[in-house]
Amino acid sequence: MSAAPQKVRAGAEKIDVTISAVTPLNELVTRFEFVRSDGEPFPPFSPGAHTIVELNDGGRTRLNPYSLMSDPSDLSTYAISVRRDDQGRGGSLFLHRNVSVGDELTITYPVNLFPLDLRGKKHLFLAGGIGITPFMAMIAHLERMGGAWELHYSCRSRALGSYADELKKRYPSKVQVYFDDQAQSIALENLLDGQPLGTHVYVCGPKGMIDWVHSTTASLGWPEENVHSEEFLAPQPGKPFEVRLCTSDMLIQVGENESLLEAMERSGVDAPFLCRGGACGQCETNVIESEGEFLHRDHWLDDDEHANGKKIMPCVSRFVGKSLILDR
Amino acid sequence: MTIQFNKESFRGDYTFHNSDWAIQRFPFPFHEDSYMYSVNMEQHRGGPEGSVYEKRFDVDEHYVSEMHDRALVLAEDPLRCQSLPHMTLAGWDLLELIMVAKSEDYPELFELHRNGDTWRWVNKPMEIDDTFTFLDETTLPYGPMEYITRQAQGDWCVLDQRDDMLWMDAGMVTTQADWSLDFDIGMNFFEWHAPVPLAHEMGIFKRALKFLLNIQQGAPARRLNWTMTVNPLLDTSPENYHKWGVQKTTLTPENIGAKQYLRVELQTFFRLPRSNALVFPIRCYLIAFQDLVTIPKWGRRLHRVIRDLPDELATYKGFIANRPMMLDYLSRYDDGLATSPGVWPDLEKEPELKK
Amino acid sequence: MSRFTFPDSIASRPVYGTLEPKQGKAHLMIADAEGAEALLDLGMHNPDIFKNSHVIFIPKDTGQTYIGSLADLDPEQFYVGPSYDASVPRIRRVLSGAHMGLQVYLAGTEGLIGQAQNEAMQAGIPHTAIQSEHRGSVARRMQCVHCKGITEDVTTDPFVCSHCGLNLFVRDHYSRRLAAFQGVRVDAEDPGNIPVPVELYS
Repeated sequence: MSAAPQKVRAGAEKIDVTISAVTPLNELVTRFEFVRSDGEPFPPFSPGAHTIVELNDGGRTRLNPYSLMSDPSDLSTYAISVRRDDQGRGGSLFLHRNVSVGDELTITYPVNLFPLDLRGKKHLFLAGGIGITPFMAMIAHLERMGGAWELHYSCRSRALGSYADELKKRYPSKVQVYFDDQAQSIALENLLDGQPLGTHVYVCGPKGMIDWVHSTTASLGWPEENVHSEEFLAPQPGKPFEVRLCTSDMLIQVGENESLLEAMERSGVDAPFLCRGGACGQCETNVIESEGEFLHRDHWLDDDEHANGKKIMPCVSRFVGKSLILDR
Repeated sequence: MTIQFNKESFRGDYTFHNSDWAIQRFPFPFHEDSYMYSVNMEQHRGGPEGSVYEKRFDVDEHYVSEMHDRALVLAEDPLRCQSLPHMTLAGWDLLELIMVAKSEDYPELFELHRNGDTWRWVNKPMEIDDTFTFLDETTLPYGPMEYITRQAQGDWCVLDQRDDMLWMDAGMVTTQADWSLDFDIGMNFFEWHAPVPLAHEMGIFKRALKFLLNIQQGAPARRLNWTMTVNPLLDTSPENYHKWGVQKTTLTPENIGAKQYLRVELQTFFRLPRSNALVFPIRCYLIAFQDLVTIPKWGRRLHRVIRDLPDELATYKGFIANRPMMLDYLSRYDDGLATSPGVWPDLEKEPELKK
Repeated sequence: MSRFTFPDSIASRPVYGTLEPKQGKAHLMIADAEGAEALLDLGMHNPDIFKNSHVIFIPKDTGQTYIGSLADLDPEQFYVGPSYDASVPRIRRVLSGAHMGLQVYLAGTEGLIGQAQNEAMQAGIPHTAIQSEHRGSVARRMQCVHCKGITEDVTTDPFVCSHCGLNLFVRDHYSRRLAAFQGVRVDAEDPGNIPVPVELYS
């Protein structure tokens, strides 16, 4: 067929928004609330979804993914909570320093790579630090729909425990908070032991925590389908490198503080993407030739693919070496 | 334009018919003179004015009669509409999607008035005016998916997305090309397509799945599929195959133009926002051979496609036995002239039949 | 020999493996007839897991053949039932009280494996995490797509639906939810022309 063929555009559909509130929660984390600039309600979203916020940082476009943490039943507002990353490439710093109420931004439609399994007879949430954000939306959703849940939330200290007091106060019997500086930690094996059949566990936090939950559940005989995780990878800065894009027939430079994907976009190459965090697989790119070492940081390619150097995920992965030629 | 709804039947005396308008906007599925499987997906964001691609959910002259036929099927066999327990939220998503789309795209036929969670839905062609509470099933006469798909043409498969896979976990299926929702419910994407020949080996389903998993909110997609049906029978279900299968043997050279139908499915795909499920509407369009050949380009091309189709596909689509008779008929409308590329009728450009 | 190698088929047709011990605090093993041999093989190399195992066995026509050897594995709980149907309330009770980490092992005919798998799935275990090993009869559990009745232990193609009496051909299309293959009227397009039934896999 083709009725009227249309080229598929990279990324999800976009929405113009205006910042309606900026609320610092503690030393590191600030909540940003958006309303639609056209005054319409937002599209509904499923808990666990993220949006990509487009930031114009001194002429450079930054596209950063953040979990939607507002109540999915409230379509007047979307909210994200952003942890300041002083070592990162500047997206979170830019939001913290340069964005205030009334500013206009563009965000994408929600995309969900961390959905609830709606068959779950019980949902067990494990959050580490800023990993609390998707659970805020999940909890609101399950409270509304009458689902069984339990949250175990580990943070550095009481002062840095974003939303910890609020959650504990609202759901005293369902929320347990652990503070690192008080030497408290989740007794995972104990917690997993005795969960009813049909329980699903969800973990969002640092990589070490995610790996720990996957290996512990596996050793206790939990099916992998019942264990869900999301780790947002921010692209890390690295040494500049050069790439030849053979379909586009151009040679581009990837700077220290930009990702390969961003460098392609800056050069006018329309490269596909969705999550920009190494998880969705959309930006997978074939390597035609390479001499050097890949710095793979994604969750999409498997170990073999990481080893054989035939593919790269340009949203988070980098390259060090003499030459790299990509099919893009 | 105002649609004049036909009074017609899809069973018994088979009074189904297409107007000239319906013939010219028929979604002819062959863009060239041959056919083989392909993923053939494109974005579903409108199409030429008046075409079946223009609106999110096309409403045509068959709407009221198709909905009557659906009610008859469901009265006979309620298992044609099922939803596994975790799919209720997706049902509400679907209800919202259809109500919003229909009321925006056909404001003269449908109205949706929302006041918080209190919604009023007006369906003028079906004389329905209901007020209910969104997300409260007790305020509707059926579950949300059943309620709205009793008012929307085509079959509706609601697919849960888990573990990088799609699962056929709910649906309203009364106009299907010989597959059973009751049997297939709960299956994954590869399993419910298991009986399809050749396409698995060609990697079609793997590529299609990858595409579908990535369909995002606000960016629906579509494709066409097709088969053949004797008589304008919507309900070609396996459940009733023991009743309709024999109709295939009633074709004669004299009646084939009137009794043999090309059956085209316009398949669309929408991400559902609250549940993250995917809805897969399969809208069925029927056209008699004798109406189809009034478009010279389509007559020429259909003959060539059917003539050159691999036997496996003719068998799977259920017309291998009748193919020689179909070709005898269609060859009368193929003068060997070249056809223009694309699916459109091109009535002004294509020459009259030279036979 | 109780093993049979099924020919390659379509994607919905179940594929069976060989039971292997899995990590878990508790194990539920359900077998019928020659399926006992799969449990015995499992026990030969991994006697320890039976300490935390509940074994449910339906001998069918194997009588006493396997009961003694299964008892010798010394499972924590051992039940011998007269039929699968009779064991269903027990299976449901065990699953309703079970915890995540329970390992399920199914062995024997396709009918038993499919039905017990369905019970475990209903209880919240994904089907991919349930082990199964086919042993013994290749008879199939068939659903008539027309009347919806299930005919057990079908060994020929075509066969007669035990509910509506139509002659049905045997498809490889399989529903986990129904734990059955699909049977479709064989003479729908040519009423009365019914092929001579042949043994499955002959």
